[in-house]
Amino acid sequence: MDSLNTYLFIAAILFSLGLFGVITRRNGVAVLMGIELILNAANLNFLAFAKYGGMNIVGHIFALFVIIMAAAEAAVALAIIINIYNNFRTINIDDVRELQQ
Amino acid sequence: MNNLQSLSLYWPELILTVTVLVTIIADLFYSAKESGKTALWVLGGLVLTYLAIRLQDSTIVTTLFMENLAFDPYASFFKTLIILATVFVIFISQRTSELDGYRTGEYYALLAIMVFGMFLMVSAIDLIMVYLAIEIVSISSFILAGYLRNDLRSNEASLKYVIYGAFSSGIMLFGLSIVFGLAGSTKFFAIQEAMWNLEGSADFAFTLATIFILAGFGYKISAVPFHFWTPDVYEGSPTSITAYLSVAPKAAGFALIIRFFNQVFGDGASFMDPSLTTYTELPWPQLLAVLAVITMTLGNLVAMQQNNIKRMLAYSSIAHAGYMLMALPTLSSQGVYAVMIYLVMYLFMNLGAFFVVIYVKSQGGGETFDDFSGLGWKIPIVGIVMTIFMISLTGIPPTAGFIGKFYIFAAVINSGPQLYWLAIVGGINSVISLYYYMRVVKVMFFEGKSSESVIVPPFAVLLILMALAIPTVIFGIYWVPIANWVSKSLVLFTQVI
Repeated sequence: MDSLNTYLFIAAILFSLGLFGVITRRNGVAVLMGIELILNAANLNFLAFAKYGGMNIVGHIFALFVIIMAAAEAAVALAIIINIYNNFRTINIDDVRELQQ
Repeated sequence: MNNLQSLSLYWPELILTVTVLVTIIADLFYSAKESGKTALWVLGGLVLTYLAIRLQDSTIVTTLFMENLAFDPYASFFKTLIILATVFVIFISQRTSELDGYRTGEYYALLAIMVFGMFLMVSAIDLIMVYLAIEIVSISSFILAGYLRNDLRSNEASLKYVIYGAFSSGIMLFGLSIVFGLAGSTKFFAIQEAMWNLEGSADFAFTLATIFILAGFGYKISAVPFHFWTPDVYEGSPTSITAYLSVAPKAAGFALIIRFFNQVFGDGASFMDPSLTTYTELPWPQLLAVLAVITMTLGNLVAMQQNNIKRMLAYSSIAHAGYMLMALPTLSSQGVYAVMIYLVMYLFMNLGAFFVVIYVKSQGGGETFDDFSGLGWKIPIVGIVMTIFMISLTGIPPTAGFIGKFYIFAAVINSGPQLYWLAIVGGINSVISLYYYMRVVKVMFFEGKSSESVIVPPFAVLLILMALAIPTVIFGIYWVPIANWVSKSLVLFTQVI
């Protein structure tokens, strides 16, 4: 097994785990963790392609931007979840049902 | 162009950046009650931005910052459209009762940040830029959707928005990483070239990546099956933000989709040639056609069952995204032309419909059909104006909505017999939509008891209503200025293979 495929394989597994987490978890924070897994799977792809595909700097820059954006997104998402907890006393996203379904 | 030269063509964005900073700093000097005055700073900044766009030489078609952004009349068109929508939304926000008791300084600053993000979205020609632009718009709209901190519905809207938003942009990012690996570059032009030389064995990976990327784009324009957030977020957010989300980010999303597909999947020249042109084996025109059909059908069918007008308008905005998507599989300049005209018309009628909802709510009413019963007799002017918007949203002449739909259907039919079925489905959908739009009119004029006292809205409300309703009627009769503006703007920076 050559190295690039190993990385892509691991990234694909991470992506699937993230997808699984987002779909099955009902805890708001756990869903966010699933999303982080998806973002990091993409990051792993970028870095693997950068190393083995000979496109060094661009892949690294992309990964850096993704890390920054993931941090910003997590900050906003956690703030929203804290606000949800203050108002609903729960972070289970199935219990947050004020709107018509 | 290199970085320093690019700055001279980057004035609108620079002015916007300064506007955001000035707004945030100015807000520090206002008391909580005066905080709404920051709207003036944002308005001033937007006017300056608009002037900067107008003063730019529209004959220049080039790329900025080492092929990160495109500079062309197409981008300027969408930037102007976004500024127009934002100015309307700022005026609408002044009249809403939902924001009472909240500090609104950040609200206006976030709106300006969203404008900046959308400016990048409409001109991005690099995958990194695409991702950053979408995230800038998304993150600020998450906050705006949940702006009413103590309102449970607004809380829920922001939670759903942030989860679906982060999820779909994550999936899009994974798709982008695969495209990056296949093409070896993040630039649209380099990807296009790599596609040209791609071996057949990579087709599957590329199709998969395209579907992943469509998840991100489809989420921005709320196309089915990436629409799950739309009804809840539209219903729970402050109505002014709902109105904004249904117009501006949608326009920016369409601008991005058109640029991306035309450049990466087309030969880059399809704008001069009205025939179907795509060199890849990927079935992406079919993919978009199917997406358009399920988007408008689901939007219309579910809209019929709603009792909340805000929610009904949310599903109707999904249906309208479907109509616009219909023109994309034609891969012709005529299709893009139709989408651009449609977006202009859609801006006036949709903002208008949401503004009526805001006004009725601030008059002590609610958002359901029951709250609208007898409205036509109680506040006649609002009833009449709402009727105009509903007729226009259905697409009945002589209103702007009809002209928009006319161009879309013309583009679909002109592209040849293989898309006739799409036009037929679109026609059936328009008929379905007649049911729920006319239900609003029926409730307003034929239900509820007619009241003796007639309310006349204050002058400022009348002014906004007229500014939205008059173009809706005028552009249905005399749309030459819009058509001219759009055809002048139909110049993209492309590289032809």
